[in-house]
Amino acid sequence: MIVGAIVVDTERCKGCELCTQACPFGIISMSEDVNSKGYHYAYLADPYACTGCENCALVCPDTVITVYRMKVEEPSKAKN
Amino acid sequence: MGEILLMKGNEALAEAIIRAGADAYFGYPITPQSEVMEYLAAAKPEERTGMVLLQAESELAAINMLYGAGATGKKVITSSSSPGISLMQEGISYMAGAEIPAVIVNVVRGGPGLGTIQPAQSDYFQATKGGGHGDYHLLVLAPNSVQEMADFVPLAFDLAFKYRNPVMILSDGLIGQMMEKVELFDPIPRWTDEYIREHHGSWATIGKTPDRERNIITSLDLVPERMEKHNLHLKEKYDQMEREEVRYEEISTEDAEYLFVAYGSSSRIAMKAVKLAREEGIKVGLLRPITLFPFPKKPLERLADQVKGILTVELSLGQMVEDVKLAVNCRIPVEHYGRVGGMIPTPEEVVEALKTKIINR
Amino acid sequence: MAKVKHHNIPLDQIIKPENIVFKRTKLFTDNVLSYCPGCGHGVAHRLILEVLEEMGIADKTIGIAPVGCSVLAYEFMDIDMQEAAHGRAPALATGIKRTNPDKFVFAYQGDGDLAAIGTAETIHTANRGENITVIFINNGIYGMTGGQMAPTTIYGMKTSTTPYGRDPKQMGHPLKITEIVAQLPGTCYVTRQAVHTPALVRKAKKAIRKAFEYQKQNKGLSFVEIVSNCNSGWKMTPVQAVKWLEENMLPYYPLGDLKDIGLD
Ligand SMILES: Cc1ncc(C[n+]2csc(CCOP(=O)(O)OP(=O)(O)O)c2C)c(N)n1
Ligand code: SF4
Ligand code: SF4
Repeated sequence: MIVGAIVVDTERCKGCELCTQACPFGIISMSEDVNSKGYHYAYLADPYACTGCENCALVCPDTVITVYRMKVEEPSKAKN
Repeated sequence: MGEILLMKGNEALAEAIIRAGADAYFGYPITPQSEVMEYLAAAKPEERTGMVLLQAESELAAINMLYGAGATGKKVITSSSSPGISLMQEGISYMAGAEIPAVIVNVVRGGPGLGTIQPAQSDYFQATKGGGHGDYHLLVLAPNSVQEMADFVPLAFDLAFKYRNPVMILSDGLIGQMMEKVELFDPIPRWTDEYIREHHGSWATIGKTPDRERNIITSLDLVPERMEKHNLHLKEKYDQMEREEVRYEEISTEDAEYLFVAYGSSSRIAMKAVKLAREEGIKVGLLRPITLFPFPKKPLERLADQVKGILTVELSLGQMVEDVKLAVNCRIPVEHYGRVGGMIPTPEEVVEALKTKIINR
Repeated sequence: MAKVKHHNIPLDQIIKPENIVFKRTKLFTDNVLSYCPGCGHGVAHRLILEVLEEMGIADKTIGIAPVGCSVLAYEFMDIDMQEAAHGRAPALATGIKRTNPDKFVFAYQGDGDLAAIGTAETIHTANRGENITVIFINNGIYGMTGGQMAPTTIYGMKTSTTPYGRDPKQMGHPLKITEIVAQLPGTCYVTRQAVHTPALVRKAKKAIRKAFEYQKQNKGLSFVEIVSNCNSGWKMTPVQAVKWLEENMLPYYPLGDLKDIGLD
């Protein structure tokens, strides 16, 4: 299976929320906290569900999302 | 030296453009200088030197083509006449601000507005005081012969690159249309890309290689402290021009009691007037500014100690006269004599004006 | 919404340099983009830079920043750039390309810049078939000066100079300049794209790549319009603006290729 993760450069995030709309799983949320510019920044609210599809990074106007992706053996197979 | 030919001023200028190793000419037709582009088109510069020749859709486009190409370290030139030069002012201001070398030729005709296609010198203020918006100057050369129409092209390129500043050749319809003998200088090869990289690579936008920071050509800076510094840097260039580039010619000034000051075509009339006046026993000389910016203030200051009065002769209602007055600082009378609208004064008229306005004032 | 499937791989095993599949291109400088949150200019900048990087032509490229919100584009793109007077970018591009035919040249322009004050330069540069690429950001408004009507402002759209909506009787019609450009024999590739969804971003990038490939083959002027959002000018949140763009801009400015003469 494919697993992924994103890292948001929270200081550069402008809180536009477009990534939250682009994520096919709806697992990106906006922080309660604000960064030094006063923006609520995006974060991966459900980190163990990201597939690293890059959709959020593609629409991010400030290119503050780095996307990681790797292939792992299916947990069921791993048990065998 | 090169060939001797009989040519129109505009043609000599055009031939000089190719010989000076120019990389591109961008222009838009307007009388009385359309011969420049026509001559270039017939001369096949693409074959002779590889020079680019392009008729733009407007002077606005032409000056901005100059901006783009000049900002890559290429030798670029355009020519036009008064209404076209007015249209170029935005681009010229941007080029002065962004420090882009280029040569702009104005073969002046009478104005204001569409005016007339006849010669005039009524664009002096526009040429020497900036012309567009902002605090800037062009270095302005004023040819008074077909020979100088040719010779000032390579000179203008040298100065444009020395100062990274647009240089204007301020001619007029008389010099442009007149035919004279001209000795053409030998062709100067166009710069190679390697030459440009070596000599202008520190600023020219020729592609950012990993060994250097990116080059940016812009006239914009939103930080006031930096923008003021930039303006002061430009001022320093203009001051250096004042120190190093003042050019002028003096005729019969050694014993002169009176002085004409005239440039370009009117300096030729004034020269005749000097002769006529001297035949009548009036000791008059001529100072011909060759650079209008920087203006020959020092020689004027010196001559103001010697002569009793100055008459400027211009094809305008009196523009350069203001710079002459500033230079002599009210020490002696300074008056203006001019004809406008395409009218050209005779030498006799000029001598008469010297008598009424200065000698018998 | 797709179905969520959880895994239990520790994140530090995933977040490793060798697993990076998307990161900021090195052709961006470190400067923070000056654009408003959610503005499409940022994505458009990125796509151009990614294409230059992938084609390996950044060191041969000269970009032109216009007057408009992207006037400071040179602060963000780590390539040689020139800033143009309002509307004149295509003339600069012509001058650069004619004297440096081995370089890649692109003009980046807003709708006011390209389709109002610079219309003559746009048309004639395209008509001469200059071998350059034009990236045209159509956000239907003047962003930089505070949201005035643009030539591309659609019918009924409220702007600061059309507070009651654009009335064609008084202000004329929204200008489909891209359709005009496509008519000109000097153009080789004319397309209209958008960048507000991941799929559209992928498509737009392919289009920009193609535009530069055309330039490489000296086929004439390649032209990529990007229908974009101006949240500030439209007075909407970025999410609302994207929705509004879909519902109102795209019906008038339909996406897709308008001309594609074919690469070698
Ligand atoms: C000659 C001139 N006129 C007007 C302006 C003011 N001005 C700056 S940006 C702009 C509009 C830009 O709008 P657009 O091209 O649509 O770009 P956007 O800001 O929306 O990205 C105007 C009118 C100017 N800088 N120069
Ligand atoms: S799209 Fe980018 S800038 Fe906008 S909220 Fe998400 S991470 Fe932040
Ligand atoms: S004003 Fe509009 S076009 Fe300009 S940066 Fe903001 S959102 Fe973008």
